[in-house]
Amino acid sequence: MKRIILRKDSYYDSVFLMLISADIKKMDGISEAVVAMGTEMNLDLLNDMGLNGPELDGATANDLIIAVEAADEATIDAAETAVDEKLRQKADQDEGDTWKPGSSAAAFEAVPDANMVIISLPGQYAAREARKALQADRHVMMFSDNVSLDDEVALKTLARSRGLLMMGPDCGTAIINGKPLCFANVVPRGPVGVVSASGTGLQEVTSLIARAGSGVSQGIGTGGRDLKSEDVGGITTLMAIEALTADPQTSVIAVISKPPAPSVADTVISALSKTGKPVVVHLIGMVPDKKTDGNIHYAANLEEVARMAAALAAGEAYRSRTFDAGDDEIDALVERETAGISSQQKYLRGYFTGGTLTDEAVFVLNEQLGGIHSFDPADPAFKLADPQTSEKHTIVDLGEDVFTVGRPHPMIDPSIRTERMDREADDAEVAVVLLDCVIGYGSHADPAGAMVPSIRRMRAAAEKRGGYLAVVASVTGTEGDIQNLSSQRRTLEEAGVVVMPSNYQAAKLAGRIMAKLGAR
Amino acid sequence: MSTNRINDLFSQDLNVINLGLEGFADTLRSLGSRATQVEWKPPAGGNSELIALFDRLEAAEASGSVKRAEANAEAVRRVQAGKPTIVDIGIAQDVVPGMHKKLILHAGPPVKWEDMSGPMRGAVMGGLIYEGLASTPEEAEKLAASGEIEFDPCHHHSAVGPMAGIMTASMPVWIMENAEFGNRAYCTLNEGLGKVLRYGANSQEVIDRLKWMADELAPVLRAALKAHGPLDMKNLIAQVLQMGDEGHNRNRAGTSLFIREMAPYLVRLDESRDTIARVLEFLNSNDHFFLNLTMPAAKCTVDAAAGIEGSSFIYTMARNGTEFGIRISGLPDQWFTGPASVIDGLYLPGFTADDAARDIGDSVITETSGIGGFAMAAAPAIVKFVGGKPADAVNFTRQMYEITMSENSTYQIPAMDFRGTPTAIDVIKVVETGILPAINTGIAHKDPGVGMVGAGLVKPPEKCFQDAFRAYVEHYC
Repeated sequence: MKRIILRKDSYYDSVFLMLISADIKKMDGISEAVVAMGTEMNLDLLNDMGLNGPELDGATANDLIIAVEAADEATIDAAETAVDEKLRQKADQDEGDTWKPGSSAAAFEAVPDANMVIISLPGQYAAREARKALQADRHVMMFSDNVSLDDEVALKTLARSRGLLMMGPDCGTAIINGKPLCFANVVPRGPVGVVSASGTGLQEVTSLIARAGSGVSQGIGTGGRDLKSEDVGGITTLMAIEALTADPQTSVIAVISKPPAPSVADTVISALSKTGKPVVVHLIGMVPDKKTDGNIHYAANLEEVARMAAALAAGEAYRSRTFDAGDDEIDALVERETAGISSQQKYLRGYFTGGTLTDEAVFVLNEQLGGIHSFDPADPAFKLADPQTSEKHTIVDLGEDVFTVGRPHPMIDPSIRTERMDREADDAEVAVVLLDCVIGYGSHADPAGAMVPSIRRMRAAAEKRGGYLAVVASVTGTEGDIQNLSSQRRTLEEAGVVVMPSNYQAAKLAGRIMAKLGAR
Repeated sequence: MSTNRINDLFSQDLNVINLGLEGFADTLRSLGSRATQVEWKPPAGGNSELIALFDRLEAAEASGSVKRAEANAEAVRRVQAGKPTIVDIGIAQDVVPGMHKKLILHAGPPVKWEDMSGPMRGAVMGGLIYEGLASTPEEAEKLAASGEIEFDPCHHHSAVGPMAGIMTASMPVWIMENAEFGNRAYCTLNEGLGKVLRYGANSQEVIDRLKWMADELAPVLRAALKAHGPLDMKNLIAQVLQMGDEGHNRNRAGTSLFIREMAPYLVRLDESRDTIARVLEFLNSNDHFFLNLTMPAAKCTVDAAAGIEGSSFIYTMARNGTEFGIRISGLPDQWFTGPASVIDGLYLPGFTADDAARDIGDSVITETSGIGGFAMAAAPAIVKFVGGKPADAVNFTRQMYEITMSENSTYQIPAMDFRGTPTAIDVIKVVETGILPAINTGIAHKDPGVGMVGAGLVKPPEKCFQDAFRAYVEHYC
C-alpha cells in the first residue's frame, strides 16, 4: 500500500530531503519512499514510480511531497513520523537564528560587504541567481550543474565586464583566501596558485601540494566547460591567471584542465607565457609532447602537478618518478597481491566518486592495459552498454548524473557506490578493485569506513570462490581534514586494501597487478 | 575588460552569502568566516511561465527599453515626500468627486450587487435607509437590486472606506490633503465598534448613530478643526508608531493623540457642555476612531505616485468581501483581482471561524503606504496576532522589507533601532519572492448586521499580484 501526502508551502532544500528519503528507505518494511519538493521533474519521477495520486494535483515547487510505499499501515505511520522528526531537526536548528533573508536581494542589502555568493540551487534557478549576484557586484561560486552553455557564456561575459570571478557552473571546489568553499581540503596557505576546471582534480592537487610540504595561495575552480568550449573561451581561467599573475602571494601558477578547445588552448598558453611566473600545466588525458616551454612546465598527471609546483616554488629541481616506494617494494607488493588470484579472475573494476580522479585512472590504465570500459570513453567502442552494470575492465564515476538522479552525490552519501560493489561481489571474473576516497569539507564523515563492509563482502566472495581480490585505493585529502588522512588510510588498510599515496600511483599499481596477471 | 576585481577579493576577508546547501555556510562559519544563509525559495513558486516572464523583464531592463528602476525611484520619492494633512470635514456630495444621491461607494475593487458579500449588502441597505431612499431593509434590498442605484469603488472617487466602506451622498467625510502634491482623499468618520454600518448592520440604532454623527459630531469636530488649523497627519502617524500603534489594527494611541490635539479647541467652542461631552465620550469609546484618519492619510500619500510610466509600485490594495484587488502605478486604473481570503484570526468570545466573512475593506491602504501590518514591530501589544512574541512581530516587519522598495523616512520603529517602516511595495518583488504583503485586519460576521467577530492576519491571493506582473511585462517588455 502507499500513502501520498502533499504539504503546501513548505520548502526544504533538495539535498536535505534526499538524505531523508535515503534514511526512510532504509527503514524495515518500506519498499519505496520519496520525500521531495513538488517540482515538475519530481512529479514525473513519482509518476514513473507509480507513487502518484490525486493528492498531488496542483503541487508546486514550494510544496513538500511525502510518498511512502510499504506492506502495512503501521509501517507507513512510522515512516511519516520519522519524516516529521527529521524535518523538525532542521526547524529546531533554525530556531536560534531570529531572521534569515528570504531572497538574495535581501541578503545583498543586509550584508553589503559580502563578497562571494555560493550557489548550490537546482540548475534551473541557478543562472538567474548568479546573474543577480554579479549585478550586485559579488563574486560567484556556482556548484549547481544543469546550467545551459548559453547561460554560462552570458554569466561569464557579465562577470568579465565587471571584473568579477565567476567560478562554475559545476564548480565543486575552491580555496579562496585559505578558506575551503564547498568540497575542499584543509591545506596550508603557500605560494602555489591553482586554476582547475574540476573539483576532485583541484582537491587531489591541493592536497598533494600540502603533502609535498608547500601550500596554496588560491585554488580557483572554473567549471568543466570553461576551456573545453570555444563559446566560453576560458573567460574564468584567463581572469584567474591575470589575478594570480598580479597576486604577490602567488609565485607559481598551476593550471589543470581536460583537453581544451584548440583555439582556447592557444589563448591560455599565450596568457600563461606572459605571467612572468613559473607555470605548471596538466591536460588530463593527454601525454604532453614537451616537458617545458619557456616558463611553462607540462605535468603528466595530477600528482606531478603538485610535486612540480612545490619544487618550483621552493626553487628545487623536480625529479620525475612513478612510485614513492622503491622498485623492489612495488615488485613485492605486486607479487603478494597477485599470488592468490585465480585464473578465472581477469578484470579490473574501478568504483569512483570523483570525476577527474576517474578520468585520470581511465587514462593511466588505458595506456597500461587498454580496453577500459567507462561511461564516457574517448573510444565509443568501450562505452558501457548499461551504465548500471560493469563489463570486462570497467571504471565508473558514480557521481555521474545517471546515477545521482534523486540521490545525493556519492561523496556525500556513499550508498550509490557500496550498492554497486555489493551487486558486483558475485562477479567471479573480477581480479582487482580500484577505489578513490575523497575526504575534506562537504564529504561524508567517514567515506573509508562506509565502504569497508562492501570491500570485505567482495573479498570474502572472491575467497569463497577460491580466489583473492586485490583492492587498491588512494585517499584524497590531508591530515588537517576532519576525516583525517591517516585514519582513513588505516581504516582501508585494516580491510586489506593497498593504499597508495595518490590516485595516479594507485592506478599505476593496479595496472602493474593486472599486467602481472596477464603475463602468467 | 574593466579592472579585475579578483585581486581585491584576495585582500579582503571572505564574506559569503550562501544559496542552497547550508553545510557550506556552516563550514565557513566554523572556520571563523562570515556566511549568511539565505532562506531561499524558488522564484514565483517555481512557476516556469512566470520565471520566463522574469527573464523577459530582466532582458528588457538590461537593454534599457524599460526604465523600471527610475520609475520606481520616482514613485518612492513621491511617497516619501507626501504630507497628509487633515484640512476639513465636508458632506460627501459636496466634496467627493462624482458623488451623487443615487451613488453608493463601497470598499475594494468593483463588485456587482449580486456578487456582494453579506456585510456589504447589509451596509448598502443601511446606506439607502440612511439616505431616505428606502424605509425598511426589504425595500432597500429591492432598490439595490433594481439597477436604479449606481455602485462604484471608493477608490474611483479619491476615497477609502473601512470594512464594507459604504459612503453615501449625505455622509460627513474627512477631507485629507497631500500638502506636497495637492491631491485629496476622503473617508467617512468612524462609527465605533459593535453593530455598525461598516460591518453590515443596518438597524435603527445604526441609522440613528449615523444621523447623530452627521448632525452633531461632524459639525462640532469641524469647528474645532477650523480653530485648530490643518492637522499634520504625517507627524501624528510618526508619533503613534512610537506609542505602540501600527495604524490599522491598533489605533489606541492615535485616537488618544487626536483627542489631545482637539480637546482645547473643542472646549472653547460655543457648544453646550453636554454636546462637548457627547463628542469626547464618543471619541473615547472608540479606539479605532483614528483608523478613518490613517486611511485617507495613506490614500492621498500613495495616490500621488499613481500613473508613473514604467513603475511597478502597488498604489492600491483593497478588498470588497468577494475579491481582493490591487492596482499598480505603471498601469493606472486597472484592477487585478483574486478571491478574497479567509482570515487567520483570533475571535471575540462566542464567535468562531465559521462566523467569519471573507476579507473586506479599504483599510489595507495603510499597509500599501508602509504602516499597518508592515509596522507590526511597532505594536507589541497586538503581537498575539502574529505568534505571541515581540520577536515574531519584528520578523514579520523584517520580511516586508523584501517586497518593498524603501524604508520610510518619517515612520520609524523604536524596537528596530528606529528603522523606517518598509514602504512602497513592488509587485515584481512580491511575485518573485512569493512573500505576500502582511495585512492586519478586523473580521466581520458573514451575516449582515452582526458586526465585528475578531481580528487577525490575512494573506492576500497570490493571483492578483501574478496577474498584475503578467500585465506589466506584456505592456512594457
